[in-house]
Amino acid sequence: MCFYSWPTFASNNCSYVVGTCLWTSSPYISIKSKLSLFLQVLRKLKVTKNLHCESLNVTGGHTTEILRLLEKLSNAYSPRHYIIADTDEMSAHKINSFELDRADRDPNTMFPEYYIHRIPRSREVRQSWLSTVVTTLYSMWLSFPLTHRVKPDLVLCNGPGTCVPICISALLLGILGIKKVIIVYVESICRVEHLSLSGKILFHLSDYFIVQWPALKEKYPKSVYLGRIV
Amino acid sequence: GGSGSFLRLLSSFRTFLRVSTWSSACGVACPFDGLILRSLGYSRLVLQIGRGKVVPEPLSTESFALDVYRYKDSLEEDLQKADLVISHAGAGSCLETLEKRKPLVVVVNEKLMNNHQLELAKQLHKDGHLFYCTCSTLPGLLQSMDLSTLKCFPPGQPEKFSAFLDKVVGLQK
Repeated sequence: MCFYSWPTFASNNCSYVVGTCLWTSSPYISIKSKLSLFLQVLRKLKVTKNLHCESLNVTGGHTTEILRLLEKLSNAYSPRHYIIADTDEMSAHKINSFELDRADRDPNTMFPEYYIHRIPRSREVRQSWLSTVVTTLYSMWLSFPLTHRVKPDLVLCNGPGTCVPICISALLLGILGIKKVIIVYVESICRVEHLSLSGKILFHLSDYFIVQWPALKEKYPKSVYLGRIV
Repeated sequence: GGSGSFLRLLSSFRTFLRVSTWSSACGVACPFDGLILRSLGYSRLVLQIGRGKVVPEPLSTESFALDVYRYKDSLEEDLQKADLVISHAGAGSCLETLEKRKPLVVVVNEKLMNNHQLELAKQLHKDGHLFYCTCSTLPGLLQSMDLSTLKCFPPGQPEKFSAFLDKVVGLQK
């Protein structure tokens, strides 16, 4: 049986759709081992028949970091939905290269199952705080339907402004009793002593908050420190 | 996160510069006219300018060449050939360069809110992996730095993250 999913909501936003999911015929798939990943340029795990991964964020340096995090993840984290800022040109290319390389290295993967969605940035570099509130609300307006449609199991993000609306949307899914989504936030390796703005917000909203420098672990004892992971 | 790429200078017989969108503000201090680099013995400068508004003219003489481009599919080749890289302190730029074991000078963007880039540059400099400066101090640093004092940068361990995540989602006990 072949499962094919076309992002109906994101048909205007989605810049790239690849592949069909042959998950039911894959030897690796069992109901419990399949996780859908929502990656804003972020990943999300969905422990159901369909694994939906949502990948969030992917802007510049964040892209490189998130793709490194994904390098060692198993095929159970699939399908992966990457969410990138609409003004981000390079990230889509990086994601495509990453996914194709990954598929090349894995003889069991015929087509990588991943999607790329675009939402407006919550905030551009040097944007004023007041207008940031407006643009964030606009991003929320677009993020919630997307998150609701995908219903990922796991959201994985690492800091750009685009991740906040998606994480809030994921939280709302839980609050409304629609779906419990695990939110994992990995603070950028750039953040040595102080959290980013997204980090400060999501520290309170995420299920797991990972930092990469000991100074941050000291300041935020509830965070998870695994050493340098990118 | 930083949307502009700064100067990624791959040098030594070949230099690679990435000029950021804000470089026009500090254009005076940015040595992409090549004079400082020439005086240091670099014979080629490659500029990756991203979305930058300042677009230097390419140049090719017997003793010095300047190439300019906005984006490439992959900077791998330019990085590989470089002897020195000058870049902004974006995580991707730093990591890519340090992992290729190239000497790295990072220039921090003073205009970014909170200037978070400086934290990483400072830490990596403290650990001996790169040099860092601002736009105005770049020329001075280029002339005074000793690249042989830089230490190798060990790779990160994403497998620790995947092991952690597997436990979180229940793939592994």
